[in-house]
Amino acid sequence: MDIATLAFSALYQFGDAFAFLVLSACGLAVIFGMMGVINLAHGEFIMCGAYVTAATVHAGLPLPLGILCGTLASAFVGVLVELLVIRHLYDRPLDTIVATWGLSLIATQGTLILVGSTMAGVGTPFGSFQVGAYSYSIYRIVLFVAALAVLAALYALFNWTRFGVLARATIQVPHMAAALGVDTRLIYSLTFACGAGLAGLAGGLYAPTMTLVPTMGATFIMEAFVTVVIGGADVFLGTAPAGGILAIVKSGMTSWQGQLFGQIGLLIAVIIVVRVLPKGISGFVLRERT
Amino acid sequence: MTGFVSLFRRLEGPQTLGRGPAFWALFALVLAGALAYPLFSDGYTVGNTVYFFVWVFIALSLSLIWGYGGSLSFGQTAFFGIAGYGYGILTINFGASYGFTWIALLLAIGMAALVAALLGYFMFFGRIAGVFLGIVTLAVTLMLERFMAQTAGPEWRIGAARLNGFNGMSAMPPLTIPWFGGPIVLFADVGLYYVVLAMLVLVYLGLRILMNSSFGNVIVAIRENPERAEMLGYDIRKYQLITFVIGAALAGLSGVLYTVWGQYITPSSMGMTAASLPLIWVAVGGRSDLTATITGTLVVLSGFQALTIYGSQYALVFMGVLLVLTVLIAPNGLVLGVINWITKLVTRRKQEAA
Repeated sequence: MDIATLAFSALYQFGDAFAFLVLSACGLAVIFGMMGVINLAHGEFIMCGAYVTAATVHAGLPLPLGILCGTLASAFVGVLVELLVIRHLYDRPLDTIVATWGLSLIATQGTLILVGSTMAGVGTPFGSFQVGAYSYSIYRIVLFVAALAVLAALYALFNWTRFGVLARATIQVPHMAAALGVDTRLIYSLTFACGAGLAGLAGGLYAPTMTLVPTMGATFIMEAFVTVVIGGADVFLGTAPAGGILAIVKSGMTSWQGQLFGQIGLLIAVIIVVRVLPKGISGFVLRERT
Repeated sequence: MTGFVSLFRRLEGPQTLGRGPAFWALFALVLAGALAYPLFSDGYTVGNTVYFFVWVFIALSLSLIWGYGGSLSFGQTAFFGIAGYGYGILTINFGASYGFTWIALLLAIGMAALVAALLGYFMFFGRIAGVFLGIVTLAVTLMLERFMAQTAGPEWRIGAARLNGFNGMSAMPPLTIPWFGGPIVLFADVGLYYVVLAMLVLVYLGLRILMNSSFGNVIVAIRENPERAEMLGYDIRKYQLITFVIGAALAGLSGVLYTVWGQYITPSSMGMTAASLPLIWVAVGGRSDLTATITGTLVVLSGFQALTIYGSQYALVFMGVLLVLTVLIAPNGLVLGVINWITKLVTRRKQEAA
């Protein structure tokens, strides 16, 4: 094996880890960064997206449309959850964690009762290609591109649209924004829906690559949390670089010692970063800038 | 001598509900009932009650860290698991003779406390608070579960003890008291019941004393306003770390007793669902008071078990609904809410009579 194929293999694994971290975290990061709410039912929104995607694909829709349906369904559930539960808890952030944990319990068990212990999956599209002695899945490359696209879309949404401006105003000084006529409740609802939708998108995108079980959210949730903790409150200054750094740690440790050590590496990274940079990477960057 | 008396005086105070002769008479009555209970019941039911008691310790640990200290830890089940596995590994390797099971109990709790001290150092001295604390502890717990679940192969053994992956460890010896004319083996019935009951009473009274002491008052002050506590000259990081370690030790005690009770421990005892259950008991009971926590835990646990007869899946959904509703409607907990309501009613009566 020559250097080029080795480099490609490392790059591929990095891309795979990066896509997984960023896609699973950005929904959580939007909700946490914009609203200060930690959504422990995040994994269940991902599960919801994956299930709806699989169901619509089974019903005959093409996969991209199925993923769209999954995203929209998650966003819709997100609006409901925000209206019924989250809205009443904005001044009690710890209680939001507890309440969303309750929701996650309900969602996991409810899915188990309604749909059963597993759901027929969707085949991974596009097949694979050969570099050197190894074959690689094309779909993983698609996921990497999707992760970059999601970051770009979020950047555009929060910087170039009216909603983005209002949302950022609401986060900075809620009362001032409200005084200037911004419907802050609506903004919070939409932001939460946006985060839930992103979770659904992650679920839809990963639905073809994994088995669909009610507890599948748990596979995403640790990576998502770790990325958000290391990244801090800002999606672009935090989540993206955190995803990059953690992807190096994870893919390096995984190819060295196996999947589990990749995750242990993540955990050690988070504990160390938290000790050195309590506000995450974005907190560090913002402090340096001011 | 005076020090001893003042220690007893700390049994009552601003941080715990219940004071005066009426409360302690009720306490004595409940205790007498609990002591007499095995006489009127069969071995299986008594063993089941021990199972309930085992969980009370982890609930108390959460009440201490979350309710009194104000930092939400999802890591209690991690300490539960560490101590449970620790007890299993120690006793399978060294057996149960010469009262070693008790040393194993202490060592296992020590292990949990040590891990908590290490983790707590990074968190509290890194000034992690609020939601981040919850996430880091949750990540540690899930990580530990995943790690234990993949230890199925024969290479995962510590001495004679195989970790057995997802199926967990089993067949560790129960607690044994060395005695003249043969050791007393505490199986999960009347014998273990009295031992666990004694531990429960000691821990309950001990925590009451701790929380009403100056240490407990500082802990509550940190919950109410960390900056102010710090300005008053307290090193809040130390106080939080000590609370965290004590809580971990209590959760560890729960884990050891659980292992002793069923003679098995599995990785799923540290999973998402397992971690959420203590949270539900404590939140529903009333996290900021020890008595409310114990009452809530026992009530919710027995309710949960009654529901499980109709299907454990539905019972878990019901638990989730209960948790969400409690947070929305009675954020201080249902039991605590009811107790406060009764106290208010009684004082109003007294005022009207006066």
